[in-house]
Amino acid sequence: MAEISEVRRELALDCFLLAGKVMMESGAETYRVEDTMIRMAVSQNMMDSHCFVTPAGIMFSPSNDLPTRFVRIHGRRTDLERVARVNAVSRRLVAGQLTLQQAYEEMTEIEKNHYLFPLWLQVFAAAVASACFLILMGGGWADIPFAFLIGGIGFYIVEMVLVKTRVKFFAEFIGAVAIGTLAVLVVNSGFGNDPDTIIIGSVMPLVPGLLITNAVRDMMAGHFVSGLSMGAEAFLTAFAIGAGIAIVLSF
Amino acid sequence: MNWPLEAFLSFLAAGAFGIIFNIPKKTLISCGLVGMSGWLVYRSYFLMFDDPIQATFAGAFIVAIVAHILAKTFKMPMIIFSVAGIIPLVPGSRAYNAMRNIVENDYMEAVDFAVQALMISGAIAMGLVFAEVLMQLYFKYQARRTQKKMGFTQE
Repeated sequence: MAEISEVRRELALDCFLLAGKVMMESGAETYRVEDTMIRMAVSQNMMDSHCFVTPAGIMFSPSNDLPTRFVRIHGRRTDLERVARVNAVSRRLVAGQLTLQQAYEEMTEIEKNHYLFPLWLQVFAAAVASACFLILMGGGWADIPFAFLIGGIGFYIVEMVLVKTRVKFFAEFIGAVAIGTLAVLVVNSGFGNDPDTIIIGSVMPLVPGLLITNAVRDMMAGHFVSGLSMGAEAFLTAFAIGAGIAIVLSF
Repeated sequence: MNWPLEAFLSFLAAGAFGIIFNIPKKTLISCGLVGMSGWLVYRSYFLMFDDPIQATFAGAFIVAIVAHILAKTFKMPMIIFSVAGIIPLVPGSRAYNAMRNIVENDYMEAVDFAVQALMISGAIAMGLVFAEVLMQLYFKYQARRTQKKMGFTQE
């Protein structure tokens, strides 16, 4: 194994940890993060490196006699575009199209930016998805405007409460309560026909789909720590939605 | 069942979910296609054999296979394509009915719906697992073949 100078090694470690951190924060699967970091390390001549990723932090050990580095992951926010970008940079680094310095600069650029769609577009998408699901789940055409509106409002409320409180379960709970209340109100005032399908359609944008897929894929790859914790998060989110709807229905 | 309408709606819904998950812009259309294929397979299986659990398994399996193929062509993580496709298969209405029956103190009905919802979630997971294993075997086979052809050996 070729010796690497210390400056270069530190830069490489910074680069790997930054890549792992950005991917984990944006909603990538744990095993993909580990795989990416190990591939990058091998491309930089660190053959016997070890990497342990959990949803809360990343440990990376370049070799047996070098110090291990650790980075903590704080908030997570679904932003798959960032995952794709980091993935592309790491692919080019491994293929030798980028030098380490260039790769590090691109990673910092990705870390600084968010590639989120604007909030109004996300709310609109949630509204459209709610209206589509209303029909797919067997609702009537007359209820479409209500599912559209309530789905959008519910998603917006969840985003706003999330920004204010940073507690995801609480945000989903409040959103579900709002959706249930609005749906029941609309039907009781004589505009809507079927509260069940309106609620089912409008709740769909809150479903933790990313967590479910990530949990399954991580469990399959043998990452039980992250698989179980993501599964627990998905279960709690689903439970918060169900509790919110149940509260409204029990009145 | 109105095929073109359901196809269009599931396409639209999956694309909208792509926006909610912030997937890259150029993959939005393919993401919608993944959702559409998953939903159509689920629906046709359901109408043919009247078994929601097997139908969900088939839908999730197709979603994962198509997502893997697209991930290879776009050279992007597979998860970008699969998340939005999985969402329509989530047993939303059964979970809702279970919750409603609990509130109405009808526990027998509630357990019935809850077990169905649980089984369907399991079917989604198994569909993903089966497709994953199958695709990995195939990719490994393909990689070995190209390596042999190029005379390339790994250090």
